[in-house]
Amino acid sequence: MGANRILHGNRWRIMLILLALVIIVSIIFGSSYTLNLFILIGIYSIIAIGLSLLMGYAGQVSLGHAAFFGIGAYTSGILTTTYEYSPWPAMLIGMVITAIIAYIVGIPTLKLKEFFLALATMGFNIIVFILLMGMNKHTGGSAGLTGIPKLTIFGMPLGNIGIYYFIWGIVLLLTLFSLNIVHSHIGRVLRAIHDSEIAASTQGVDVAQYKLHIFVLSAVFASLAGSLYAHYFNFIAPYTFYVTVSIHLLIMVIVGGVSIIWGAILGAFVITMLGQLVTTTLPLFFDVGGQVEIVIFGLLLVLVMIFMPKGLAPYLIQLSKKKQKRVVPSSKSGEVN
Amino acid sequence: MDSQLIQFLITGITTGSIYAFIAIGFVTVYNVTGILNFAQGEFVAIGALTCISLVKMGLPLPVAILLAVAITALVAIIMERTTIAPARHSSLFMLISITIGVSVLLKGISLLIWGTNPLTLDSFSNIQPIQIFGAVLISQNIWIIFTLGLILGLLYLFFEKTVLGSALKACVINRKAAQLMGINTEKMSALAFAMSGAIGALAGILLAPISSATYDMGLLLTLKGFVALVLGGMHSVSGAVVGGLLLGIIEAFSSGYISTTYSEAFSFIILLLVLFLSPNGLLVKVSGKRV
Repeated sequence: MGANRILHGNRWRIMLILLALVIIVSIIFGSSYTLNLFILIGIYSIIAIGLSLLMGYAGQVSLGHAAFFGIGAYTSGILTTTYEYSPWPAMLIGMVITAIIAYIVGIPTLKLKEFFLALATMGFNIIVFILLMGMNKHTGGSAGLTGIPKLTIFGMPLGNIGIYYFIWGIVLLLTLFSLNIVHSHIGRVLRAIHDSEIAASTQGVDVAQYKLHIFVLSAVFASLAGSLYAHYFNFIAPYTFYVTVSIHLLIMVIVGGVSIIWGAILGAFVITMLGQLVTTTLPLFFDVGGQVEIVIFGLLLVLVMIFMPKGLAPYLIQLSKKKQKRVVPSSKSGEVN
Repeated sequence: MDSQLIQFLITGITTGSIYAFIAIGFVTVYNVTGILNFAQGEFVAIGALTCISLVKMGLPLPVAILLAVAITALVAIIMERTTIAPARHSSLFMLISITIGVSVLLKGISLLIWGTNPLTLDSFSNIQPIQIFGAVLISQNIWIIFTLGLILGLLYLFFEKTVLGSALKACVINRKAAQLMGINTEKMSALAFAMSGAIGALAGILLAPISSATYDMGLLLTLKGFVALVLGGMHSVSGAVVGGLLLGIIEAFSSGYISTTYSEAFSFIILLLVLFLSPNGLLVKVSGKRV
């Protein structure tokens, strides 16, 4: 009974498909370099799921989530290196600190609308970046922070495949958690806020509180991802948490499909893979260096916005429905959603 | 008088003028279309880099400047026609995403064309630096401040004395009414983008001899222009100029007297404070929301 309530209806299918994909990927790419990419995709997925709740359901744009990603990573990094904490409590402390900062920043910021909200969150991201660069006694400045320990379980360090399953386990749990939020009364309230804040508040919804809670929740997701990043790569530097990364996260969420939770994972996958493809193949044909993948990111965002404004995920759903129709021609049409 | 103080003031007014240019570009597009164009800073980068390339090809500076400004204006028009015009009736969220997408795309194209190395432009003239109360005023400072004055004069003439300018102003005051009076608001939207592209390019070209130009200089300049705009109140060219100069001076003094590392953070803290105190800008009048 309990499981039925948590894994209601369509959620079973989504979770099973995701779980199957996670296992298949680990079998195919086992110990190869590509597994690193999937670990990175998992880390970005954690942030993207939170952003999808914030943007797709609560309707608030954030171009500052790389800052929360950074706060998590640096809290973990500093506590485990300078103060010799074990990674697990450091990770939790990072999430608590991020929640407090997000709460304080969120109260005034979320009063802003659209363009102003986007630019204010960017401003916040830059302030955090400058602090990371400037407080070099603690953060190592632009040279970064090295020697961050790997995650361990009962004193045993987790290998790559262990980390992979751990991170994707978290992704699956957060997906399930977010799907449940979306399908609960909170989800309906969030969609009401998304459609019209004024209408929602006239129905007695405390709009500001709901927006703030989702903002804090998404920041905590980003912080968790940051800690995982720090412990996986054992090295962090401020540029991993700059505004451009916030922009790339936004692109992931929008390209994947902002109003579908697993669209965030799809977006993280597409953007990370495309980025990898472009940075490895383009220099073979042209004499270019640096972050050449941004050409594709920008183009993709513009094209998706103009031709598939809802992102790739709803498109995939429609595609699979069409296929099903062809198999079972007797099924009723017009059952979209 | 304190020479250091004068020096900070000169630096502040110079960088402030650059911010003012960017803010003017912002305000022109914002008032006509309701869009804050995240690619505004990219126009600055493209203008500067194009001009440097043209000079390297052997063109005389004035020709290179005119060409670079024209090319950037063209880029802005293409942006408006291909991405903004088709999405005119979309939600603000989509319009934000589109301008962000275009800014990332333009930055990527600049990277492919010009690479990652910073490029520099020679100073416009070889006049010896002038001493004022012990502070140094280099010729490029004068060029920047002089050009800002010139552009403001031209904008005044354009808005007050030409039919096209009046039509554009009408769109700013009330787009629906302007449309009913037979003004082609679509053309005005393209014109606003062209103007903001041209003014942005000019800012980049003027800045290039002082600090080198790179493909990724646009993002921070977009944000600075926005801070200037918020300080100046979002709705007028004069506000944009006041905001830009104010921001430049604040930055110069905070980096001189407080800390160079944190001076940039300081201007964004001011941005957040101003937004929190008055969510639509400092000197703003009551305005309707675009629905």
